[in-house]
Amino acid sequence: MAAPAAAQPPSETAKGPNHGLRLVLLWLPVAVAADLLIYLVWGPHLPPGQMSTSASSQQFDIKIMAVMAAPVMAFVLIYFGYALVVWRQKAGDTEDGPAIQGNTRIQASWITITSVLVLFLAGFGSYELVTTGPAGADGAGSGEGPSPIWTPGGKPLQVQVIGQQWRFTYRYPQYGGFETTQLVLPVGEEVEFHVTSLDVIHSFWAYQLGVKADANPGVDNVAFTKALQTGTVTVRCDELCGLWHGAMYNFGKVESVSAFRAWAQKTEVQLASVTKMLPPYATSYEPTVVPQINKAMAKSGIAGANGYYYPPNDPAQP
Amino acid sequence: MSLLARVVTLLVAFLAVVAVGAFVVIHYFLGGPPTVDFTANVKPDTGATVQVVMQEDPQNTVTTHPDWVSYFIKSPQTGQWVHTTVFKVPAGSKVDMTILGYDGCTPLRNPYFGHVTGTIGGTEDVDGKPVTQINSWSGCNVGHTFSIPGINLNAPMASPSLTATLCGPSPCTSGPKKTMTFSFMTPKTAGTYFWQCRVPCGGGFVDGFGGPMQTIGFMTGNMEVVS
Repeated sequence: MAAPAAAQPPSETAKGPNHGLRLVLLWLPVAVAADLLIYLVWGPHLPPGQMSTSASSQQFDIKIMAVMAAPVMAFVLIYFGYALVVWRQKAGDTEDGPAIQGNTRIQASWITITSVLVLFLAGFGSYELVTTGPAGADGAGSGEGPSPIWTPGGKPLQVQVIGQQWRFTYRYPQYGGFETTQLVLPVGEEVEFHVTSLDVIHSFWAYQLGVKADANPGVDNVAFTKALQTGTVTVRCDELCGLWHGAMYNFGKVESVSAFRAWAQKTEVQLASVTKMLPPYATSYEPTVVPQINKAMAKSGIAGANGYYYPPNDPAQP
Repeated sequence: MSLLARVVTLLVAFLAVVAVGAFVVIHYFLGGPPTVDFTANVKPDTGATVQVVMQEDPQNTVTTHPDWVSYFIKSPQTGQWVHTTVFKVPAGSKVDMTILGYDGCTPLRNPYFGHVTGTIGGTEDVDGKPVTQINSWSGCNVGHTFSIPGINLNAPMASPSLTATLCGPSPCTSGPKKTMTFSFMTPKTAGTYFWQCRVPCGGGFVDGFGGPMQTIGFMTGNMEVVS
C-alpha cells in the first residue's frame, strides 16, 4: 500500500506527485467558497432572524466561528477523501506500507495553525463577552437580568410577563396595569420586559425577537428589545415546567405604534373590571404568601398555608 | 443442573422479562382514563350542538387517591358518571357545557383567571345568572376553573358557600353545588386540546400544583376534536 506524503522521507516524496500541493489546490477554493457562503448567504438568515437586534451579537459570533471552522472542517474532509482515493490499497498489493516517520515541517505547521485559530477564537470570545452589547452594556447577557446594569434610555414600554402553569399572561403597567393573554408590542419602540412566575420555573422565549429570560417565582428578570419589523412573534416556555410544558406557547404581535396604542387603550377600558380583581402591579408576586389571599381567607374563616386552602368542613383535608 | 432444568429456568426467566415489559407498556404507556365520546350522530363542521355535562368534586371515592379533587364526565351513552377528563367532540360544533360545582372554594393563584373568556357571548351562567367574572380573592367564591388555553377558553367555577357541608362519596349525586353553563365553538381543526383547572387545588403538594393538577383524569385532561 502506498503511504501518504507526510509519512515519507523527502527523498521518496520528491519522486511521486506533490500531494501537499494537490491538497492545497483542492482545499483552497472549497474553503473560500464555504466562507463566502457562510458569511454572505447563510449568515444573514441565522436564527432568530432580523426582527430585532437583541440577538445580533450572538449571530455575529456564530458567523465568525463558522467562518473560522469551515476551512478546518473542509481540510479534514478533503484530506480524508483524498486519502481514500489516492492511497487506497491496490488490488493484489499485500505488502505493508512504509514505516511512518515524523515530518517536522508538517507537524510544526499543523500545531502553529491550529494554535493560532484556537487562540484567536479564545481572544475573540473573551473580547465579545466583555465588550459586546449596547453602549455601556458590557458583559454576558448584555447586562440584563434581575439587576440590569444598563437601560436603553428614554421611557421604554414596560410589559410584565407572568408565567404560570401553563400559560403566559402579560401586564401593561403604563396602561392601568391590565392583564391579558395577548402579547402586543409597538414596532420601533424600546420594550422593557419584566419576567416573573407565579408557580414553578418557566422561561419566556420570544423567538423572533431574540429574547429569552427565566421566569422564576419571586424574581423580576429584566430584558430589553426593540422590534424593527411588524409581524408575528412565537412565544414558548423554554424550561421544563410540568405536564403541559410542551403546550405552553402563544403568538404575539408587533404592530404599528398607532395600532398598538389603540389596542392598549381599548383593552385597558375593556378589562377595567378585571383589573380591579388583580393585585396591585408589582415586579414579582410571591406565590405562597399573597397578602390579599390570606386576608380574604382569614376573613372567611379558612385556615391554610403553602398555597392551598380548604374549608374546615371539606371532607377531603390534605 | 440438568439440561432440562437449565432450559426451563431460561424459559421462565425469559417469560418473566416479557411479562414485566408488557405490564410496563400496557399499564404506563397505553393505560389512561377512558374517553367519553360526544361525536355519535353529529356531523363535524355543521355547527351542530353537543351537550357535555361534567362535575367537579372535593374528593373522589373511586381511585387510589381518594383525597384528590377530581372532575367527572357524564357519558351520553349510558348516563353514568365516568371518572375521566378526556372527551371527544366534533370539529366546528357548538358545545353546550354544564358543570356541576360540588367542591369548596380555593383562591386562584392569578385572579385574572376569574375572568370568563372564549365562551359564546363572553359569559357563563352561574345558577342561571350570567356573569363575566368571579373574584376568588374577595371571599369564598371560586372552586376551580375549566380552561382550554388552545382556544382561549376560561370559565371559573363558582363554589358552594363556605359553611356548606360538601358532598361525601363521589361522583356526587346530592349536596350543595353551583351549576355553571356556557357554550363555546370547537375548533375547525382536528386535534387534541388540553384543558386544565387553574386553581392550585393539589392540596398537600408544593404550592398546590402537584398531584391532581398534574394528572390526566383528575384536574386536567384532553378535548379531542375530530373532523
